[in-house]
Amino acid sequence: MAARIIPTDGTPGAREAGVIYFIDRALKTFASEDQGIYSEGLAKLQDRVHELFPGVDKFSAATPEQQDQVLTSLDEHITSFQAPFRPWPGMRDFFETVRQHTLAGFLIDPDSDRGGNRDGLGWKAIGRDREHAFQPPFGYYDTHYKGWQPVSEDRRKQ
Amino acid sequence: MIGDQPKYKTSYEVDFVIVCSGAAGGVLAKELSTNGFRVVVLEQGPYLTESDFSHDEIKILQEGLLTNHPELQPNTFRKTVDEQAKQQRAVAYGRCVGGTSVHFAANYWRFHENEFKERSKVGAVAGTGLADWPITYAELEPYYTKVEWEVGVSGLDGASPFEPPHSKPYPMPPLPVKCSGVIFEGAARKLGWHPFPSPLAILSQPRQGRSACVNCGFCWGFGCEVKAKSSSLASVIPMAERTGRCEIRPNCYVYRIETGATGRVTGALYFDLQRNSHLQKAKAVILCANGAETPRLLLLSSNRHFSNGLANSSGLVGKYLMLSSAGRTVGLFEHPLNDYKGFTASRVLHDFYELDPQRVGFYGGGALDARFSYTPYFFALSGLPPGTPSWGTGFKNALSHNFSRTMDIHSSGTSLPVEKNSFSLDPDLKDAWGLPALRMTYRDHPDDLKLVNWLNDRAL
Repeated sequence: MAARIIPTDGTPGAREAGVIYFIDRALKTFASEDQGIYSEGLAKLQDRVHELFPGVDKFSAATPEQQDQVLTSLDEHITSFQAPFRPWPGMRDFFETVRQHTLAGFLIDPDSDRGGNRDGLGWKAIGRDREHAFQPPFGYYDTHYKGWQPVSEDRRKQ
Repeated sequence: MIGDQPKYKTSYEVDFVIVCSGAAGGVLAKELSTNGFRVVVLEQGPYLTESDFSHDEIKILQEGLLTNHPELQPNTFRKTVDEQAKQQRAVAYGRCVGGTSVHFAANYWRFHENEFKERSKVGAVAGTGLADWPITYAELEPYYTKVEWEVGVSGLDGASPFEPPHSKPYPMPPLPVKCSGVIFEGAARKLGWHPFPSPLAILSQPRQGRSACVNCGFCWGFGCEVKAKSSSLASVIPMAERTGRCEIRPNCYVYRIETGATGRVTGALYFDLQRNSHLQKAKAVILCANGAETPRLLLLSSNRHFSNGLANSSGLVGKYLMLSSAGRTVGLFEHPLNDYKGFTASRVLHDFYELDPQRVGFYGGGALDARFSYTPYFFALSGLPPGTPSWGTGFKNALSHNFSRTMDIHSSGTSLPVEKNSFSLDPDLKDAWGLPALRMTYRDHPDDLKLVNWLNDRAL
């Protein structure tokens, strides 16, 4: 599932960033109360695979396109979803729980003790440097900044 | 934490108990203790230090290490007094030593002279209790200067034509400009406006044993791991502790102010971490528990002498609640801004601070600033434009493209004082300690909404 939420294409995805290891660890630590959502949800996931693709044995045996169809059918927020600014408590359905955990496992500070974002690959994918201290210029638009120039007095209004 | 602070017995009558240790409590603890008074600061949250201030978004933002807990201390909300309030997070504030100053964005401009006398200038505004301050900017000015130099504020004197007079320049030059600031400054100047370097309570140079900002990018919402953010925790609380007269007592949830037979305050009752109750005796109690918990505590302290709660003979405790109106306009650019580097906002403008109600058709005013306030995981959760796929290749492409190329223009504006907008005690819901929950009643004044839209139009 994680590998379909953040797929591997030109750049590393959830698979390379070790998201499933982050989720394993999460379910034993800070997200242990979500274990039930996972065990029920995973059973429902297999049921949905059999329902949509009778010949396919299990989710992991389905093609990526089939997997996407299964996940789309489970995503209750797909048309209306706008994540809350600071989600607390999180959305409690299975797909959304896995989605949020996948995002966290991909993008959490790789130097934290969460075990996600292996080798900083998630940050690399979104263009965030691994460091925690920076000096200007920071990006494209401040490279040629000439420094602060006061506005001439006649343009000021007091 | 300074190790040699005193441990006062609860039965010992100290000169002052200060409830909470944020921007106000920290400054008072420092002022009173350096002037010879014995002080106990009762902070409901833990005593966290720099080593606790990680960049772990789950711990800090999602689990809320630094803030009040919405399940242990639930709030209720309703728009009008006729509605039944429903449980909903209404307030989020710093719940640790240093309070909200630990995680704030650190915008630190001064109020303008006009703000102290707006009622006289614009007259009555229908449906509001708009009033002048009982003090003027000139009376407050020496204290603005004192606090800028004591906590450490970076800024550029005279950079804004709208800035009120300063008796002394900022103690440090401004922080570096971010790409969002360069874009904002260029565009605003073309329009004839006057952007200037944001005055920020963040050190641009090492000062008093504290490091200068290292531009880590985990600023708003996070505690500073190098003490560059001028929170009470980093600045004034250590000064108070060094006097040997001030005890910072964390994990103490004050739930009642006690009064004696003469009606004078005798101390503060609080729960410790094990939920045992204690009474810290004091000659005086100062409430610095922010605009929500201070009125709640006054109302929780009602007794047979003060049936409406303490300090409430007017019946106005908790009423005329004023939030700050806020708007957000998002921009996406061709090249990387990398605005995740640095602090929150590097440029601000005050051209619309004092709008003429006759001209614009509503009362109000505010500032616009250029910022980026997302960290990676929260950007993925809520930083992409509406309509973007929330998973799969389309999602990943948008995330990878937008994270380094996005900036916001944020507006901070007035909010009018309306009597029915208030904090009160919820009659039904209790918190985990069995105390009545905080209930918020709030409906924006129409002028506040007009202002947000007006500022958003300018930001576009």
